Amino acid sequence: MTGRALLLLRPALPLIVAVPALWALQAVAPPYVSIFLIALGVNVILAVSLNVVNGFTGQFSIGHAAFMAVGAYTAAKITTALRDVQIAGLPVGISDAVVFAAALGAGMLLAAVAGLLVGVPSLRLRGDYLAIVTLGFGEIIRVIIENSSFLGGATGISGLPPDTNIVWTGLGVVATVVMARRLQTSTQGRALLAIREDEVAAEAMGVDTVGWKVRAFVISAAFAGLAGGLLVHKILLCTPRMFTFVKSFEVVVMVVLGGMGSISGSIFAAAGLTLALEWLRGLDQYRMVIYSLLLVVLMLVRPTGLFGTRELWDHLPRWLGGRRVDGRMP
Amino acid sequence: MTGRAEAGPAAAAGGGTAPPGGEAVLEVRRVSMRFGGLKALSDFDLTMRPRELVGLIGPNGAGKTTAFNAITGVYAPTEGDVLLSGERVNGMRPHRICARGVARTFQNVRLFRELSALDNVRIACHAGSRSGFLSAWLLTPTHFEEEERIHRRAAQFLEVMGLSGRRDELARNLPYGEQRRLEIARALATRPRVLCLDEPGAGMNASEKVALMDLIRRVRDQFACAVLLIEHDMRLALGVSERVLVLDHGVTIAHGRPEEVRRDPKVIEAYLGDAYLEERHLPVPAGQVEGEGA
Repeated sequence: MTGRALLLLRPALPLIVAVPALWALQAVAPPYVSIFLIALGVNVILAVSLNVVNGFTGQFSIGHAAFMAVGAYTAAKITTALRDVQIAGLPVGISDAVVFAAALGAGMLLAAVAGLLVGVPSLRLRGDYLAIVTLGFGEIIRVIIENSSFLGGATGISGLPPDTNIVWTGLGVVATVVMARRLQTSTQGRALLAIREDEVAAEAMGVDTVGWKVRAFVISAAFAGLAGGLLVHKILLCTPRMFTFVKSFEVVVMVVLGGMGSISGSIFAAAGLTLALEWLRGLDQYRMVIYSLLLVVLMLVRPTGLFGTRELWDHLPRWLGGRRVDGRMP
Repeated sequence: MTGRAEAGPAAAAGGGTAPPGGEAVLEVRRVSMRFGGLKALSDFDLTMRPRELVGLIGPNGAGKTTAFNAITGVYAPTEGDVLLSGERVNGMRPHRICARGVARTFQNVRLFRELSALDNVRIACHAGSRSGFLSAWLLTPTHFEEEERIHRRAAQFLEVMGLSGRRDELARNLPYGEQRRLEIARALATRPRVLCLDEPGAGMNASEKVALMDLIRRVRDQFACAVLLIEHDMRLALGVSERVLVLDHGVTIAHGRPEEVRRDPKVIEAYLGDAYLEERHLPVPAGQVEGEGA
């Protein structure tokens, strides 16, 4: 392969490397573990994508589940409609994969559009007001879905094809993390950080604050849509009750726990919380109590979250390759 | 090119007539700012030529920062026009005015506190760049070139301000004087034609202020930008400026060279009077106490 072709592949390198590893994992994982890993992956996608808005850009949004719903319903509608369609000239497996990929893509796209519609009016507000408005819009989207007979009303859509597996979820996770990480270390991402730090100063230094905030919101919504599409094709059911405020709050808890602005923090918190809920399955009805307690304890013990605004490796000691700088953490 | 030569005799109050050269970088024409019933700034005129050093002085609440905010787009002027190199910019958002060559610092330092000194400047270097998220995700060759270019330039600006050793330090951990210098470095990184400094000497002692005067002149010479300086401290403002505007209660009461302004009776009454008397521990006449905010 020529150097030029390699250069073109470079952006997708993490995905290319991930595929064989994910295939291997898929082959050995028993069904129970596989379900758990998919749930975990979906939560990681949700937490990391919400972190782009809440952590990087410092805009507190709590309506993530709504965008997840838009992505989930779009993908579900497409896959159920095209259930028995086979693309001519392609084997069944590949044809299904193409349809599923297209459905996920459409879900992301529509979620992004929803993000744009919600983001443009709400991002004029700040702080508590923005949080309340995103919460409101989130509920509006859910109620619209619940009252739409086209989308199955309160019973939702059932009989979805079981397309989601570890490979799809893993690729979604890698794509989300790569997206967030490349953003974090680029000049475009620094514009978002500047908005978080001081909006007035950022604006005066030439950062189009409204434009970047809306873009961050749209991207975040798109990846929430991906998470929704992946989730419903594992549990094979898509109902409005899956995307209530409780789900949004769960994602916010993950982001806050991990540290606003820390990608590794979000991953750890999402994994930890998914694991904890799995172990404490019998305590499911106390879910909200547990979240609240967790947040209270966190605010008392470590208000910055697990890693603050930094990443895992910033906290490692030097001999482990850490880049700790004195006075970086409170 | 010398702005000094044509600073001209003290014009009548508010008389910022167009300069003979006509190549003004910044032109403020009869700008007024009204907040409800309060007129914070009335008929403010200012013309700045390239590389000129102009001071804007006046007692507390005189409308200096209001004038700044009207120029940099924080407020849209109630009346009047702001022109940058002939282009009308009033009502534009601050980032677009910044892209047209106006950069500023803030009275109470506003750095990106949780980011490193280098990142603070790198953000300003991005100003005006059109590239979006896509180039960052696809890791295009232009993305790397851009990052490299921004990094190099940011490092240069830090060096000019003597902050090279602090590039990885978080802005909030820098000592106050260095925070002020970092703010100037950040403003310069946007490549301004007009640099607006809002009380850069606030909180500094006498020797730091002398160093600051040198720094302001050096910045003007090295980056070939016009400097508009708000200053509370008369000695600093009159020492470094080639031309001075004096504001009081939103009205331009004097305009001219520092030595002329210093002798202007209206200025002495409005401003120097208090300071002069206070400095010598003499009683300030009733009704002249400054400080009612505007």
